Amino acid sequence: MSHESQRNIRCLVAKVGLDGHDRGAHVITRAFRDAGFEVIYSGLHKAPEEIVQATVQEDVDVLGISILSGAHNTLVPKIVEGLEEYGAFEDTLVIVGGIIPEEDRPGLKEAGVDAIFGPGTPMEETIEFIRENVVRRD
Amino acid sequence: MAGEDPPELVEDLLAGEHRALARTITRIENRSPGYRDLVAALYPHTGDADVLGITGSPGSGKSTLVDKMAKRYRDRGLTVGVIAVDPSSPFTGGAVLGDRIRMASTATDMDVFFRSMSARGSLGGLSTATADAVKALDAFGKDKIIIETVGAGQNEVDVVKTADTVAVLVPPSSGDDVQMLKAGILEIGDVFVVNKADLAGADKTVTELKNMLDMRDGDPDDWEPRVVETVADSGEGVPEFLDVLDDHAGWLAETGRREAQRHERHAEELRNLLLEDVGDLVEAELDARGGVDELAARIDAGETTPYDVADDVVEPLADCLDEQRD
Repeated sequence: MSHESQRNIRCLVAKVGLDGHDRGAHVITRAFRDAGFEVIYSGLHKAPEEIVQATVQEDVDVLGISILSGAHNTLVPKIVEGLEEYGAFEDTLVIVGGIIPEEDRPGLKEAGVDAIFGPGTPMEETIEFIRENVVRRD
Repeated sequence: MAGEDPPELVEDLLAGEHRALARTITRIENRSPGYRDLVAALYPHTGDADVLGITGSPGSGKSTLVDKMAKRYRDRGLTVGVIAVDPSSPFTGGAVLGDRIRMASTATDMDVFFRSMSARGSLGGLSTATADAVKALDAFGKDKIIIETVGAGQNEVDVVKTADTVAVLVPPSSGDDVQMLKAGILEIGDVFVVNKADLAGADKTVTELKNMLDMRDGDPDDWEPRVVETVADSGEGVPEFLDVLDDHAGWLAETGRREAQRHERHAEELRNLLLEDVGDLVEAELDARGGVDELAARIDAGETTPYDVADDVVEPLADCLDEQRD
């Protein structure tokens, strides 16, 4: 097949639960766009089911969840469960950004999160991580 | 592909797996190797859905209207697919696809399949990709498929032309008559929706639109474009808008225009595919001759002209075809 495949990295930037702070999510969204990614932004106050629906339908390579509310230990596993239900967990890179206490990190990793980026993480680091770890689809 | 087993992905899609539908659209969008076999396998399962195109300037309320439409259709027990096309940066290829945010009324309802697509600025391939994605939704069994796109430029017009029925959103007070003519929107709309009809200037816009439509010399057998008013935010006027869409669908069926449209579309698809394939052939030939840059450098230096080079490249191809035909 001589057609050139046109592959862009697709990301969903998701705000989940009762957390109205989305400046970080906006900054990330723009940085991803400028890195050449296609970014879908979920908007605020989404239920885990909505995030699952968007991840499945948009067939994103990366799900970036931004949580500042402290409810990550309940919300993140719910999302992962939903993804598994639709067979969308295995090849989706799941990253979490926001305020995640050190002691909660192993648990989230266990639940299926690939990486956690706290406040102050240089944007390039996150973008580089995605480029290196995204599961390539043919 | 007739007679061969459909690819596994298509089997899963036909079995109703959301993931398979999503993955199929990704392959179509990326033009991954083998995507043509996928679309060919989808073909026999298409043709049952009503395809609606929604276009209008940024901020005219397309996404909000689409959200309300999806809700109404769901209330009627119909399943819905949406393809929302957003522009992408010609420099980085990056894009923010924001239409999904407005899909609040049907959140978590998996029978509304919403997919954002970026206009990746590929060689007019956008309309082909959209039309193929529509086929995936159609084969999946969606009753209503909505294509949403910003109404700016030929690319978008081509996209929306792949729909059975086209609705153009016009915000109130969007300028004098000349502006509308300039944009060339009158030719593509089957329905004109003056959205945000609660704003000042809506009545004037409706009148202007109607006047403009009266002035065009249409064939009396053609569909008479209609003007409706909506407030997508509150849902006001949406049922009436959907009635008009149904009227148009009925008209297409009665007059046999639906078949005619389909025929035209098939011809167009075929033409696009062939152009793409021939383009690839020519591209390969250019590479074999040292690449387009080298040839362009010779033109820079005044040694030759683009016309001579083009003749030179295409001549053997034409000769070859001539021989075949005899």
